[in-house]
Amino acid sequence: MLADIRLVAAKDLRIEWRSRVTLSQVLPFALLVLVLFGFALDANRAVLDAATSGLYWITVLFVGLMSVQRATAIETTDGARRALLLAGIEPAAVFLGKALAVMVQLLFVELVLVGGVIVLFDASVESLPLLVSTCVVATVGIAASGTLLGALVAGVRARETVLPILLLPVLAPVLIGATRAFDDALGTVAVDGWAWLGLLAGFGAINTVLGALAYGVLLEET
Amino acid sequence: MQEINHTGSRTTRLLGAAVILGLVVLFFLGWFVAPEDDEQQDAVRMIFVHVPSAIFTYVAFMTTAIGSAMWLLRRSVWWDTLAAAAAEVGVLFCGLTLFTGAIWGRPTWNTYWDWGDVRLVTTLILFLMMIGYLSVRSLGGPETATATRAAIVGVLAAGIMPIVNRSVEWWENNTLHQKSSLTDGNLEDMTLFTLVVGLVVWGLFFWWAVLHRFRIAWLERELRSTDLDRALEERRAEGEPEGEKV
Amino acid sequence: MSIIRLHAAVALIGRFPALAGVDLEVGEGEVVLVQGPNGAGKSTLLRLCAGLMRLEAGEGTVLGRDLATERPAIRRSVGLLGHDTALYADLTVRENLDFWAKASRVDPAAVEPAMARLGVAERLHDVSVGLLSAGQRRRVALAAVVVRRPRLWLLDEPHAGLDPSGRDLVDQLVGDAAAAGATVLLSSHEVDRTLDLATRRITVAGGIITGDVSDAR
Repeated sequence: MLADIRLVAAKDLRIEWRSRVTLSQVLPFALLVLVLFGFALDANRAVLDAATSGLYWITVLFVGLMSVQRATAIETTDGARRALLLAGIEPAAVFLGKALAVMVQLLFVELVLVGGVIVLFDASVESLPLLVSTCVVATVGIAASGTLLGALVAGVRARETVLPILLLPVLAPVLIGATRAFDDALGTVAVDGWAWLGLLAGFGAINTVLGALAYGVLLEET
Repeated sequence: MQEINHTGSRTTRLLGAAVILGLVVLFFLGWFVAPEDDEQQDAVRMIFVHVPSAIFTYVAFMTTAIGSAMWLLRRSVWWDTLAAAAAEVGVLFCGLTLFTGAIWGRPTWNTYWDWGDVRLVTTLILFLMMIGYLSVRSLGGPETATATRAAIVGVLAAGIMPIVNRSVEWWENNTLHQKSSLTDGNLEDMTLFTLVVGLVVWGLFFWWAVLHRFRIAWLERELRSTDLDRALEERRAEGEPEGEKV
Repeated sequence: MSIIRLHAAVALIGRFPALAGVDLEVGEGEVVLVQGPNGAGKSTLLRLCAGLMRLEAGEGTVLGRDLATERPAIRRSVGLLGHDTALYADLTVRENLDFWAKASRVDPAAVEPAMARLGVAERLHDVSVGLLSAGQRRRVALAAVVVRRPRLWLLDEPHAGLDPSGRDLVDQLVGDAAAAGATVLLSSHEVDRTLDLATRRITVAGGIITGDVSDAR
């Protein structure tokens, strides 16, 4: 099982590395969004300070959406999904492997975005452990729910428009929680970030378990 | 095959009549008999529509969640149909809840929408998730695939809701929302009575709507299976005249 | 024993009944040619036997396993060559086959010989599949089947898109598989050449079997 997870994750990451989509398309898009936010908020320091966490996580959500769509597309071209079924890998392993790959790519982008936020919005990191932990835990939730819902709409026409409708409301608690935790980590608002981390962990756990259970049914039936 | 061109029955007619009667009674009670609130005056009368809608939104949501689970576990077509019917009615009720909430809010607290209101925001997120559920249901493809897809969304939504609620709650500790008046005991007798009447009427309405929607879905399903038999015949006929074609 | 047994099998694609009541029995070691016009249901039949499709009505077993309840087990034991290649365009030939081998619990050492057998030139081993020609990709897809050494081979138009040497190769593979005791179902428009290999010819039209001829070999 673990070997299969590693196998699938490695495969996805290798494909990503070959095609360089994250590097050449997603990353610039993410940074561009940050810049656009800067323009929209009119270089008003006070406003930018207060909004930094929120803007960061909205950007991450959009990037997450793109990553997940890409991960799902890998399997739908050329009947690759069929091959996974025929190979006989445990569907839960496929799920965890793909989610892991999405997570790695997202974390990479998040790292760069932290840099972007420090540079563009003059943010200062007060608690690095909290910052890093938030990124990791929140990303687990995003990757898990995204991979599940991505597979859910796979193989249906008009997939692109349905996925955001499904995924974004589900990710609302992540947006709320991660933003608050970042507020604490960046020192912009006095809240207890670690408490929010617990909530994010709960979200991640539920989605991972549900995804692992439901992925098999999805691969079989749809 | 028996020609069925309506989904009415004695039950639904009784229910329908009761609902109409109940609405009239409710209107009368709500507008004329129940007393004004000291602070909110007439605006408080919204409570007789808003609270029941909210309660039955959640009843609908739970029905969908349970129905989804039953489909995934038992492949029960009945439960799947119920889940779908409840979801549609639920979205309606949810919209009504949010709408009446906004109308109530304006004169009372001078705002249509308050982000700090835990229940309101949670209900909004629920609304969005149920719309997602309905979008998935409307995707094409084999029936079992659609049912499975939707069921997973239903179960996911149910699993997420507690976290959603908790996160919104922590987010803003203060809330404009009425403290739970039902359990307060501070309500005037007449107001309480009218509220209970409202609950009953809305419950009957819910039952009536779900019943009709369920039957429509059920009939559609039967129609599709007779379609299938016909399609099978046509398909087989494709092969006949040619015989052994090489 | 029966490798495939289908009774009144109905399979849908969306709402369309691609297979409208198939009765079929295939014994071990048979090489069966599946013929029929486009849209007759040949591909669907192969995919059904591979355990990739749901049985809407009727019953069936493949390799002794029930099509209604044991599809995962069926899938692990068959080799399917479909219309699409089921390969990842961004990975090289070697990477694709390695992944496939490991995922199928097959010794990765079998990959090299398979590539050689299928005539995939050495220089192509580390080329991305997306850059190959359609015929070359087909060979790689066939290699993926060979690597598995399945008991049941399901080949959907294996000759299509291959050059003459490729088509000869397919015939050799089928012959070798049969000699090793495997069962082969293949659909082809190239009737003449396959007739030599096949022990039996079935015709599919309108989603059902309309002809079944066994040639004594």
